[in-house]
Amino acid sequence: MKKRNYRNPVGVGKYTGLLLITPFIIGFAVFTLYPFAASFALGLTDFDGIRQPRFIGTENFTDMLSSSDFRNAAAVTLKYTFILVPLKLAVSLLAAVLLNAGIRGIGVYRTIFYVPSILGSNLAIVIMWQFLFTSGGLADQLLGLAGLPSVSWYGTGSGAMLIIVLLRLWEFGSAMILFLNALRDIPGEYYDAAKVDGCGRINSFFRITLPLLGRVTFLNLVLQVIAAMQEFSAPYMITGGGPMKGTYTIGMLIYDEMFRYHNAGYANAVSWAFFMLVTGIVLVLFAVTRRRREEFI
Amino acid sequence: MKKLPLYLLLTAGAVVMIYPLLWLVGASFKSNDEIFSSPWFIPSSFDLSVYARAWKTVTPHSMGHYFLNTFLIIIPKTVFAVISSVLVAYGFARFDFPLKKLFFALLLGTMFMPAIVTVMPLYLMWSAAGLHDTYIPLTLPSLFAAEGAFVFMLVQFFKGVPKEFDEAARLDGCGNIQLLVYILAPCIRPVIVSIAVFTFLWTMNDFLTPLIMISSVEKYPLSLILRLSADSTGDGYEQRKIIAMSVIGLIPSIAVFAAAQKKFISGITAGGLSG
Repeated sequence: MKKRNYRNPVGVGKYTGLLLITPFIIGFAVFTLYPFAASFALGLTDFDGIRQPRFIGTENFTDMLSSSDFRNAAAVTLKYTFILVPLKLAVSLLAAVLLNAGIRGIGVYRTIFYVPSILGSNLAIVIMWQFLFTSGGLADQLLGLAGLPSVSWYGTGSGAMLIIVLLRLWEFGSAMILFLNALRDIPGEYYDAAKVDGCGRINSFFRITLPLLGRVTFLNLVLQVIAAMQEFSAPYMITGGGPMKGTYTIGMLIYDEMFRYHNAGYANAVSWAFFMLVTGIVLVLFAVTRRRREEFI
Repeated sequence: MKKLPLYLLLTAGAVVMIYPLLWLVGASFKSNDEIFSSPWFIPSSFDLSVYARAWKTVTPHSMGHYFLNTFLIIIPKTVFAVISSVLVAYGFARFDFPLKKLFFALLLGTMFMPAIVTVMPLYLMWSAAGLHDTYIPLTLPSLFAAEGAFVFMLVQFFKGVPKEFDEAARLDGCGNIQLLVYILAPCIRPVIVSIAVFTFLWTMNDFLTPLIMISSVEKYPLSLILRLSADSTGDGYEQRKIIAMSVIGLIPSIAVFAAAQKKFISGITAGGLSG
């Protein structure tokens, strides 16, 4: 085997860096690797969280696949993700393009657009949102002012899901900031040159801006998909997963199985399967956008 | 006046973004009837006594008690996160060592790991260790660079500091740690501020971890006491009281963001991290 040369300053051994990153290595082993392995192992047992786990093989996994509750939760989670993420990316990109304009007072607008996302999943915000959409609440009043009929927000599965989608859409600031940074890195000369060649603003957006934003769009896509798939606090607080389990996400299912029904073995099996599902989706995203991947990281 | 349409568009957007928050503050002064009769956020009268009632909460303790609990979590967590992430990032940015690429890939991988997957086994682990219902499960992981995003952001910044600084300092007899503390750390102060602010905001926002780990009401952080109060509202309950509690609960986050805004934004713009 070829001996590798470690490029370090004089007097610094090859283990110094390793020593410095020890906290990460320990943390990774204890707080990521162990739970990941444990959740698979516990998923193979019948376990109520208290008594000794009893090995039952893949029963939890087969139960899960045939359970209508799990299928429903998976469908709800995917539906929610597919509705929210494209909307959020489009809105944050549009806002970033507008906020990239060099006009006076733009900093104030940037801050205002960013504030909802830093408050994020703060429970106070979730409670506020619940109030905004109560029957006869602000959302209905505004619809009334616009001459539109009021919506039965909590009465139907799609109405309830819309409440949560709107909440997370309102918090597009974090994705927007990433787009804004990437926009700032595009040299202005590109646009000048395009203008000289008679390329209009809309045209240069599609031919210059969008292609150059490939990397950051992908990063945003992955981050937003992961965040959306593990949605828990909004359905838990706002809709309770209802009506008719129309907003019952996988996050809620895992929580309920563990803490309400004390099926720790089953909850861990679902956690683990869910991790595989998320990883699978991320890998598909990587594969689909392969051409851009070399530029990523 | 070519810019006018842009200003109009941005202002309309800004109103959508900020109105729910204004409405929340206004609604804390409104009676139940008024909440449902007018979309306008300014209340017909200002009666501050609702805040006094909200401060008392529905438990024997006041909001002050729950603020204190929250800070007992946030302060160690922030200190731990800053120290551990800086050390780890320093190792990645300035040294070469075996398996470096593998470890860095694992670090990036943790950024994409959904928390809900690890939370169940961790709950069982902490319970088995007898640490359930203490703040240790909430704070201790930060001592081990638990946020890959922070390390990643710091590594980017360390790379922006010229290596000549290191060489000069080493010639003058600085060791590895002295170099970090006296030379490099001051160069990356804006990121350290960003990490502290993010830890603060994320901890204020975190709901799932305390919900699972903390079971006694007197140890609740703010998020859980808000949930408890929201759940205990029945028919005829004075809604402005829970709304006022929410407003109080948002004040720390808004204050910290406002205070650190300039440095904070410069930190994230360069590091590519965001809320």
